[in-house]
Amino acid sequence: MTASLVSAPDLVERFPFPFATDQYRYSTNVGPAGAVVPTPVGKWGDRVIDIDSEYEHELALREQILKEDPSRYAALPHMRVACWDAMLTLMGEMVKSYPGVMSLTRTGDTWHWRNGRLGIAQDFVLGDESTLPTEPLAYIGSQVQDDIVLLDQRDGDLFGDAGVVTFAADWSFGFDVGMTFLEIHGPVPRLRETGVITRAREFLMRLQPGEIYRRINWTLTVGRRLDVSTERYHEWGPDRVMIQTVDDDEFGRLVHLRVELQHLIRLCESGAICFLIRTYMLPFVDVAAVPAWRARAAAVLAELPDDMADYKGIISYRDRAVAWLTRRG
Amino acid sequence: MTALDLVVTAVDDSLPDVRSVTLARPDGTTLPSFTPGSHIVVQCGDVANAYSLTGDSVQPTQYEISVLEHPDGAGGSRWIHALEVGDSVSVLPPRSAFAPVLRARKHLLIAAGIGVTPMISHLRSARQWGRDVELLYVHKPGRGAHLDDIAALTDAARIYTRRADFLAVLADVLSTQPFGTHLYVCGPAAFIDDVVAAAVEHGWPQSRIHFERFGVGALDPGEPFIVKLANSGTTITVDSGVSLLEALKANGLDVPNMCRQGVCGECRLTVSGGEIEHRDTYLTDADKAAGDAIMACVSRAASSELELKL
Repeated sequence: MTASLVSAPDLVERFPFPFATDQYRYSTNVGPAGAVVPTPVGKWGDRVIDIDSEYEHELALREQILKEDPSRYAALPHMRVACWDAMLTLMGEMVKSYPGVMSLTRTGDTWHWRNGRLGIAQDFVLGDESTLPTEPLAYIGSQVQDDIVLLDQRDGDLFGDAGVVTFAADWSFGFDVGMTFLEIHGPVPRLRETGVITRAREFLMRLQPGEIYRRINWTLTVGRRLDVSTERYHEWGPDRVMIQTVDDDEFGRLVHLRVELQHLIRLCESGAICFLIRTYMLPFVDVAAVPAWRARAAAVLAELPDDMADYKGIISYRDRAVAWLTRRG
Repeated sequence: MTALDLVVTAVDDSLPDVRSVTLARPDGTTLPSFTPGSHIVVQCGDVANAYSLTGDSVQPTQYEISVLEHPDGAGGSRWIHALEVGDSVSVLPPRSAFAPVLRARKHLLIAAGIGVTPMISHLRSARQWGRDVELLYVHKPGRGAHLDDIAALTDAARIYTRRADFLAVLADVLSTQPFGTHLYVCGPAAFIDDVVAAAVEHGWPQSRIHFERFGVGALDPGEPFIVKLANSGTTITVDSGVSLLEALKANGLDVPNMCRQGVCGECRLTVSGGEIEHRDTYLTDADKAAGDAIMACVSRAASSELELKL
């Protein structure tokens, strides 16, 4: 590693590099949460809720996005219990990961929450909204870097009925609220035909209370832009054309490998599924600083079938990305 | 699934035949939270039985179960009734198979006998979250379980000690619920069948009817059938009253198993021929319709012969 890294060291050391082989295809790549994955420069995976040096910045960004576009947050009325449930569960995960900084205790009906990193100390009564500054899902959403979607399971299906999603990668939470799991994933090529998505749904519906699983997804994004939602396409869409015109140094700084580490938690009280999407971004110049990552990323991008590259929105600069990574070798 | 090693901290024998047992970690620390209607599988000597949790569900420090003694059962309930304070008990973490539907406008709970146990955690949850709930509970005179809990948790309970009285109001109750009500039934198999049939007759869709059979008496013994093992060509007869799992074990086939009540999913086998009578609560409706998997502990052949990929 050299001193020329663009990103803070912890963002590289804890980067969940997504490719285990030289070929990427959709699969039901779900495994138990918590297993530590070593990388050439660090490790990831030991925490369900991961807080890094971008914490305060990303939370401020989320607050700003929600202010400008309230449709990024929604909770259908029947999800009230699930929202409380998610808040309590995520607080518990934060305490597990950062026991000295976070704490959750209880005296009778009153719970005491402390987020030392943000200087928050809050007493609340479970089920009493008036004891929190905002609704419970919004409250916990303002203290984790993850996007949150809550899925209700009923009539043998899963429904995305609540969530706070400000960092969507080319989708719209406001558009998807209330849809079934299969409807939400409808636009993704190959998922239906290969049975990947129906198997994933069956798997999710069998999750037992307290069980936590995880999977990884990835794409490329131009610039360190977390909010590449459909709503803002007019802002970031043109970047896919612009990126073809920049010089090599600019290309390496602008194109980011974007990784979503997703956690799936069966909430205990409501029986809903809490789906967490934690987005990590590393510019190509930092990816290329790790030789194994550079070579693997080049191989995967070169081999990626056109329909998948098209869906990921990277087909116009995929060849350039491969060439860039290869030349750095 | 990792078993929890608990100790008995209290027993309550104030009701004839029914024993309530309180379990906790030896160090008294928090146990996993559970969804209303959940059960734990308790290792009772040689058998493992599922029992509904009746206590607090959010980060509880103790689990509470109530167990009816079956003098002629497989021994699980007798084992529970012989427990003493301080005894060690191994249980599997809570599993949810009878949860309140979040979108229901109202929850109608109908229970008989010891089948009231999963309703207690439903009532607790309904009170915590302000859900509209109504309970009909039928029990033999002097044998009502959790009556104090019911009185403390809801004003909308109707309790009957004569079956005829219950049947006299059932039709009216089923036909006067607001749209969006979900029905939850637990009790002896014949009771469940009767209530579900009455609900269907009154136009309730299956998607709004939920019932829980296990833990309330054995399944019927079933017809005998022949099972053929595809790999070896061996045939084994499964007699009436003997489970497929037991017959396979008796013939030296080691099939992984745990709850033996069609709940945990451990003893799933692949079926390559014949019709299946599914009696488990583990497989999904789609799995059951596919007809290529069987839970050997409870399910049987619907045809005279079944072929297994073993």
